[in-house]
Parts: sequence; structure tokens; C-alpha cells
Amino acid sequence: MSAFWTLVKRDLLIAAREGGATGTALGFYLIVIALMPLGLGPDMQLLSRIAPGVLWIGLLLAALLSLGRMFDTDQDEGVLEILATGPLPMELVAAAKALAHWISSCLPLAILAPVLGLLLNLELAAYPVLVGTVLAGSPAISFLGSIGAALTLRSRRGGLLIALLVLPLYIPTLIFGISAISAVVTPPGSLGSSLLLLSAVTIASLVIGPISAAAALRMQLS
Amino acid sequence: MTDENTIAPDRASRPRLTVEGLAVERGGRRVLTELSFSVEAGEALLLTGPNGAGKTTLLKTIAGFIRPLSGRVAYSGAAEDRPLAERAHYVGHLNGLRATLTVEENARFWAEYLGGSTGHVLAALERFGLASLSAIPAGYLSAGQKRRLALARLLFAPRPLWLLDEPSSSLDARSTAVLASVLDEHVEAGGIVVAATHLPLGLARSRELRLGFAAGPA
Repeated sequence: MSAFWTLVKRDLLIAAREGGATGTALGFYLIVIALMPLGLGPDMQLLSRIAPGVLWIGLLLAALLSLGRMFDTDQDEGVLEILATGPLPMELVAAAKALAHWISSCLPLAILAPVLGLLLNLELAAYPVLVGTVLAGSPAISFLGSIGAALTLRSRRGGLLIALLVLPLYIPTLIFGISAISAVVTPPGSLGSSLLLLSAVTIASLVIGPISAAAALRMQLS
Repeated sequence: MTDENTIAPDRASRPRLTVEGLAVERGGRRVLTELSFSVEAGEALLLTGPNGAGKTTLLKTIAGFIRPLSGRVAYSGAAEDRPLAERAHYVGHLNGLRATLTVEENARFWAEYLGGSTGHVLAALERFGLASLSAIPAGYLSAGQKRRLALARLLFAPRPLWLLDEPSSSLDARSTAVLASVLDEHVEAGGIVVAATHLPLGLARSRELRLGFAAGPA
């Protein structure tokens, strides 16, 4: 298991060193959310009603931006071949990289989300739920995203292709994430069951993501 | 997870790499047909042949990256339970370095990941003349220096089987001599080296396997 954490640490070090991915995602998220009140007008009630959905969709799109970098530099430099000769099966290599992506990209976005809630006049009661749903739901973004990142390795400029492949997989996360917040903002609704379903989607993605990504990575190796 | 996979000096069960009736297809072209050979512990095998003869394909097949159409690759040795890829070092065309990490960070990562001890890292860097560059990001190294760093990986973790693809490319005469001495020592200690090369490596003892174009549909 030490090889797993060695790989996670290396990817986090690279993310910190290269910096660009996290910064771009945060900047993108900020701008998309800041544009909403400008486009929709200063109707506070409207903004506060659509805030949960807008915050979640913006977060998904921002996290997508950095997915393409999960494997591509390592593929170009021949790192994947050597990782394949290591003690970890490809499934755990993919899981380590998805975990590093979650820590370096999704976690900063999750911290930014409540700040951006201010721009959209999000109801006060919704903040804890927003943070909770984003933390519970965002691992699915990285782990399901690793499938798209691995599949599009060989295609140059696979960025848009990743979005097409991966965004449909995010639908359950989006639905349960928003319904949990709506349960608090516009009752009636069940906060508990939404949160449980959101966590279930995340747990399923922790298994499905690495297994599928590993199959794609093995194909890329040959 | 055990981290010590030292080479068994036990002469009775000499490790051996066996390739039997191997056939491999790449992009619809038959690259290798009915290839059989075996390499024993303490031997170095040089793969030669024209471009496109299948040297890289053979190395990747041995490492397990490519699934052969037919035939098999087997490594029998002391640690029978580990898959072949985990007992092999693969140094391909690409160096496996991350440009933004320093020489030492790259080296330490591979040493830890491949199950070696980080104590070997400095000695290995020293051996390949990289000790003074250890704090420099790998992206700033010259092609030959990057190659040396990739080759230093061989010394980070003890593994019996070394699969090398053009190991001496972009190396100068002195570094080639260092590489030759490292390979000679590995063979001397009972390891196996399989290297694809166009240039003479200057090994003390080695066999040559010449690959030609396989017959088949173009």
C-alpha cells in the first residue's frame, strides 16, 4: 500500500509545482458563477432559487477542465509503462491518480463553492448542506472522470471528448446533490435520503471508475 | 507487501526467461512469428535487426504490455509468485521523468514506487554522474543526462530481469562505458539483461539474437 501513497504524494507534488490546473479551475468557477447575476438580472429571489443548481453545474464544468491532465503527461513521458511494472495493479494506479485529482482539484472547488454562494444569494440554511453535498459528491467527479481521461489519452485535444463521455455519468451526482439542497431551501423534500443516494453514487464510482480506467490504460500501453 | 526481491544466488534453481513460439501482431502486421529463445541467469541477450524488425515489440511483449497472438513468455525463478512485470525493469524509448520534479524527486519516487530503498538513490545517481545535478528540475537536463537518470532506475530497486530499449541512445562514450559496467555487474551477479540495440554496448559477455522481417501480409 505504500506504493499507492507514494504515487498520490507524487501527483500532489506535481499539482502543487505546476499549479496551473487548480488555479484555472478555481478561476473558471468564479467567472461562471459571477456571470450568472449579470445574465439573469438582479432578481434576488430568482437567484436564490436557482443557486444550488448553478453552483453544482459550475463545479462539474470547472472540475472537468483539469481531468484531461490526469494521465496525459505521464503517457507522453513513458511513466505509465514503468508504473505498470510496479507493485500496484493498474486499477490502483488509476485510483491513486483519481484521488490525487480529487484532492488537488475538487477539494479547492468545494471550499470555493460556499463563497460563491454569496454571489447568488444562497439561503443561509443551505450553506452547510451545500458543503456537505459537494464533499460527499465530488469524489465521483474524479473517479468517474478518470474513465474519460484514460479513454481519450491517444486522441490529441481530447478535452471536449472527455466532456461528452463524462458529463452524462455525472447526472446522478448532480440530481441528488441538488435535491439535497432543495430539501432545505424549498421544503418539502427529504434531505437524508438525497444525501444517502449521493453517497451511494460516490461509493459506486470509487469501484467502477478505477476498474474501467485501468482497462482503458492497459489498452493504451500496448 | 514485501519490498525485498533480491536476486537468488542459488545455482540449483537458476532463473530463466523462456520465450516459446511467440507471434505478435501490430497494427494488422505480423511482426514476430514463431520466435523461441531462452536466456539464463547470468546472461545478456542483445536484440539486433533493422528498424521495424520487432525489437521494441518483443521487449514490450516480454514486459506484458502487449498480448501476443500465440506463444508464451515465462520467467521461472526464486520468487515464482510475483508476475513477470514486477520482477523486471523496463527502460523504453521514453525516460519516464516528470520535467517539473527535480532529479532527486524523480529518482526517489521511482525508488519508493518500485519497491527499492531510497538509500540506493544517491549511490545510483553518483554512479551515473548525476549527483551534482540532483536539485535541478529534470526538464532542464540534456537528452543524455535524462537518459542517464532513466538508466539509474535500474539500480534503485533490485530486480533480476532488465529489459532495455536502445539503452545507450544519446549517451556519450564515458556514460556508455558506465552503462556497460553496470550491465556487466548485473549479469555477473546472476541477473538477466535483454537489450535492443543498434550500437555495440561493449559488454564483457553477451549473446546476439538477430530479428529479421517476419513473412506475412504487408
